[in-house]
Amino acid sequence: MTLLKRIIPCLDVDQGRVVKGVRYIDHVDAGDPVEVARRYDEQEADEITFLDITASHEERDILLDVVARTAESIFMPLTVGGGVRSLDDIRDLLNAGADKVSIMTATIRDPDLVCEAAAKIGSANLVVAIDAKRVSAEGEPDRWEVFTHGGRQATGIDAVGWAARMAEAGAGEILLTSMDRDGTKSGYDLAMLRAVADRVPIPVIASGGGGSSADLASALDEGPEGGHCQAALAASIFHFRETTVGEVKRDLLALGIPVRQPVGSR
Amino acid sequence: MRPRIALVDYGAGNLRSVAKALERSELQPVVTGDPAVVRDADGVLLPGVGAFRDAVAALEESGLADAIRQATDRGRPYLGICFGLQLLFDEGEEHGTTPGLGRLAGRVTRFPEKDAAGEPLRIPHIGWNEVRFEGDHPMLAGLPASDVYYFVHSYRPEPLDPDIIVGRADYGGPFAAAVAKDNVFAVQFHPEKSQSAGKRLLDAYRAWIGESR
Repeated sequence: MTLLKRIIPCLDVDQGRVVKGVRYIDHVDAGDPVEVARRYDEQEADEITFLDITASHEERDILLDVVARTAESIFMPLTVGGGVRSLDDIRDLLNAGADKVSIMTATIRDPDLVCEAAAKIGSANLVVAIDAKRVSAEGEPDRWEVFTHGGRQATGIDAVGWAARMAEAGAGEILLTSMDRDGTKSGYDLAMLRAVADRVPIPVIASGGGGSSADLASALDEGPEGGHCQAALAASIFHFRETTVGEVKRDLLALGIPVRQPVGSR
Repeated sequence: MRPRIALVDYGAGNLRSVAKALERSELQPVVTGDPAVVRDADGVLLPGVGAFRDAVAALEESGLADAIRQATDRGRPYLGICFGLQLLFDEGEEHGTTPGLGRLAGRVTRFPEKDAAGEPLRIPHIGWNEVRFEGDHPMLAGLPASDVYYFVHSYRPEPLDPDIIVGRADYGGPFAAAVAKDNVFAVQFHPEKSQSAGKRLLDAYRAWIGESR
């Protein structure tokens, strides 16, 4: 056996509350990130990611408190992203109990931040998030561009080249989100995932568009048509459907994707 | 009374999740930077935070390195996690060659950029991987023949003496994921992040401490 593919539920958190994906989780305080994270831990998700979407940086202490309480309640890796602007922000999150910190917009404003953070805290805890959209027209060679501000602001930066530069600078992983597919449940942008995963020597986490077990399987598939990714982030598939991490893993195993055996079947 | 475990704090990060995992396995964690507490605990746990050179310097300067040596000389069960494994070796090559604590013979080196078949190997090694245990260390009595744990690292140990390798995982070829010698047991993975498998390992640690007291 070798390294297994990871399934990572992602929660959007605003001012300390889960703001998306509260329908699935019943019998618990559905808005409390700690309770939701605990539920995913019981289901033996491989990791969990919090994406903080709180607009104001002044409310950072609320997030740090949530991270601290979550880290004390679960026995799985926790990644936290959103609003990370500086090395101090990264340190604060790690000290609160996050295992990995994801940074995005700050890397575009200050590309040296990744270099500096990798030297100070090591690459293994450092995830660089990239939001990208397809900008090539029909019939042209594929090209994707880095966007910020929830896909509203173009940067002119080529996504594949940017991913390679971030890996070179010391990123430990790339979290790659297709803004064309995000929230659509129409499947991941496999060509984009493959282009980035084949270019960088670090793990890539697929995000944006995952609507079924088959979609996750495609993102993780190493075949010529697959996404070649090492992990798949998914929100709506777990939050809005009557499915569990265990059921998805059973599907993936049946499709030949090497994941951890679901709880109860070991 | 629950066995007291000195959770060695050398100022390099958050130790709460390790402490909570020890509590879950009915051990009493004592987060400490005090060499005297480390010397007198029932067990010593050096967790996985920091960078090799900074960690060794912090441990040596604070007297904690000597306290760890004394505690292990007195037969106290030592559990190392991630850096707590790597620091036991003669030297590490992260950010240039740095001497380690020298309790185990060998070096800590970066994963190769290509695997045995010449395919590129993604570094860091992040995620869940199977560890196959073998050998006759008392910790192994409480563990299954293999289990799946969470890893996150770019460097791994290369022991000079293959007999100290008690757990192997595969990433670009087999590597030492668990090593043991006398009262030292150390793992490259993170039991505190490994859900039920991690609990099984820390339960085995508690059982081993029970036998050693």
